[in-house]
Amino acid sequence: MMNNMLAPEAAKTSGHPAAQWLLNNIVTLIFIAFTLFGFFISDNVTLPFFLSELSSRVFRNSFLVLSLIIPVLAGLGLNFGIVIGAMSGQIAVSIVRYFDGGGVSGLLYAFAIAFFVAALCGYLTGLLYNKTRGQEMIASLIVGYFANGIYQFLFLFVVGVIIAVPATHPMIKPDGIGVRMTVDLVPLKAGGLKYALDDMCTMPFVYALLLMAVCIFIFTAARWIINNRRGESYKNSRGQAAANLLLGGAIAAVSLHAIITDSQLMMVRRVPVVTGLMITALCIFTSLITKTKLGQDFRSTGFSQNVSRVSGIDVDRTRIIATVISTVLASWGQIIYLQNMGTLNTYNAHTQIGMFSVASLLVGGASTSKANVKNAIFGTILFNSMFIMSPEIGQSLFGQALLGEYFRTFMVYGVIGLALGLYVWKAAKDAERASMTE
Amino acid sequence: MAENKTENSLSQRLLSAAGQVGLPTLIIAAFWLLTLLGGFAVGISMQALVSDTIKRAGMNGILVLAMVPAIQSGTGPNFALPIGIVCGLFAMVCAIEAGAVGFGWLALSFLICVPLAAAAGYGYGKLMNAVKGSEMTIATYTGFSVVALMCLAWLTLPFKNPKMGWFIGKGLRETIQLDAVGAAQILNKILEFRIGDVIIPTGLLLTFAFFCILTQIFFRSKTGIAISAGGINPKFARAAGIDIDRNRILANIISTILGAAGIIVYSQSFGYAQLYTAPLMMAFPAVAAVLIGGATASRAKVSHVVIGVILFQGLLTTALPVANVVFAGTDLSEIMRMIIQNGIILYALTQVKGDAK
Repeated sequence: MMNNMLAPEAAKTSGHPAAQWLLNNIVTLIFIAFTLFGFFISDNVTLPFFLSELSSRVFRNSFLVLSLIIPVLAGLGLNFGIVIGAMSGQIAVSIVRYFDGGGVSGLLYAFAIAFFVAALCGYLTGLLYNKTRGQEMIASLIVGYFANGIYQFLFLFVVGVIIAVPATHPMIKPDGIGVRMTVDLVPLKAGGLKYALDDMCTMPFVYALLLMAVCIFIFTAARWIINNRRGESYKNSRGQAAANLLLGGAIAAVSLHAIITDSQLMMVRRVPVVTGLMITALCIFTSLITKTKLGQDFRSTGFSQNVSRVSGIDVDRTRIIATVISTVLASWGQIIYLQNMGTLNTYNAHTQIGMFSVASLLVGGASTSKANVKNAIFGTILFNSMFIMSPEIGQSLFGQALLGEYFRTFMVYGVIGLALGLYVWKAAKDAERASMTE
Repeated sequence: MAENKTENSLSQRLLSAAGQVGLPTLIIAAFWLLTLLGGFAVGISMQALVSDTIKRAGMNGILVLAMVPAIQSGTGPNFALPIGIVCGLFAMVCAIEAGAVGFGWLALSFLICVPLAAAAGYGYGKLMNAVKGSEMTIATYTGFSVVALMCLAWLTLPFKNPKMGWFIGKGLRETIQLDAVGAAQILNKILEFRIGDVIIPTGLLLTFAFFCILTQIFFRSKTGIAISAGGINPKFARAAGIDIDRNRILANIISTILGAAGIIVYSQSFGYAQLYTAPLMMAFPAVAAVLIGGATASRAKVSHVVIGVILFQGLLTTALPVANVVFAGTDLSEIMRMIIQNGIILYALTQVKGDAK
């Protein structure tokens, strides 16, 4: 499973296979090496602390990372424009917060409002991407900055100057114009949105691990059997199934060991079940959509717009749909993120989302044209491990946590630049070789 | 080129120039005029506004000028301008460390930054040649990465001069006062004079003009024309025996050097050298300015730089006090900058000829 997960694309470029494999997975390998290195040198990171941090970060961010996959399938590249989805989510959360909504009903309202706002924004972004064909990624980055301007206009000016709001409302700045820098989302017990999704149902970490292992077993077995029944046994790969079972077995062994010996793993924070279920649902949705007509259109548009157009696919419409889905999912992802944070950093919470999510996906082994659920989940885990470790590394190597934080920023930017650069470079090499052989 | 034909009468040339002015230029100019009128109506000192506009246009001019070689060579707007900027910053810091003050500091800074920026620009040009077709996205992230990497450098490099360090702890300060080396506004003050209350920073404007003329002359030279030809039609240029890859590298070296020189001129006028994350987003206003001046993602002239930087900086300078008076308690001018700056870049991107697969 690891091998399969890490190989983003078939090794087309020539050269030694090992060197080839290294080049294809360089981004992932750098991150693994960095995180392991961090474990070796820092003494103050205990396993329970690390796993608690990691699991809460993974549950917080996975949904956002997953929202990037569909545009990649549709050939739009990495949609940095999910920040627009994130802003839509924040608009929804602000509206619910303004009217003192909370709990499950407040959450549902937020999801519903976010759906409409994000669908509209996604439609407009989709139109823009169709006008900037071939340059979608830089356009998506810039449109995020552009939308941030509009967002600030809404929150700093329209609220207060055009829409009258009471200055006494805890969300509104004391002078009555604009929304405060940070808005408390009020704990669930007090009828607010904080942990509204996460605290619906929680379970201990090790039991969640065990459940995951069982799911892996069932999934592997089910796929094997279904493929055999359909007479498509050629789709079964013994190696992959064995790897899956091995992974599941390892996870099960670790969790069972922890339960029986009552080891320190029992101290890891409880995990949110409903959030986990939503993430799982999105994983299944993203995998299954490729089997539908729409999903096939995405793929074919991503493969070649001209061929798709000739075969009767409305390319522009397909691309817009992909953008709308991505934006709506991102808005929901941001709501999940915010209810977990508990406070709304009105003007900062969304700005880094696009960058971090894209970096996570790339770290998982995805590229501009290929991404799947495994890349997203594996990447989120790895990226956030790096995120937790880097200040620790800075602290223990140089005595400065700040250094680790700058290094972290460098890793984020560098990883995106490196992954995108390598992809284009490889594509250019392949094209060159193709033209040579002709 | 139209400018070369001497037989054109002035009126004809003006007419053809008016016809060439693009939509973005007109919109921004009209908007600026509107804010100026608004400012006049609420009683803001026009002299102060004009002074600030001139100063800020001169400050930012060379950074905007750095876009011209990159665009002309076909690499697109230099979104990796921060590479040049950190070279300039590094040169300034080294010059302070060497103990130089005043004009000596300025000269030493320029002297250090040129080879540094040339080397960085060479590497960057190589990279741009390897990633043809996706230059803009990768340039942006290359710029971001370099800024982040330099954050580590500012924090760890063993500079000793107390004018730059924190009072406690290691590393360089976020902003270094150039007053301390007697270099704040050093260029601005050369031959500075006043017309009424309007301050004309002659030295600053002359420096900007000098770089503009240099660039203009370069693009009239054989190499310059070859670079432009490669940008307009790579296949044709290659058939004519022009080494496009080499020219693209050369253009990016020039662009990076201009970026480095630009930040030195910017910092001396500002009075502070801003390190760490300050250069991160500096490419975008520069790109926006040249686009406002009438450039596209594939064609740019020095005149676009001059017009663009005056219009964009003029609008920003005017909008701040006007918005503060008209809509007290809000920060509309910053919001407006974000919308205009990124809107104009998006508009330019929609004009790029798409290469759908």
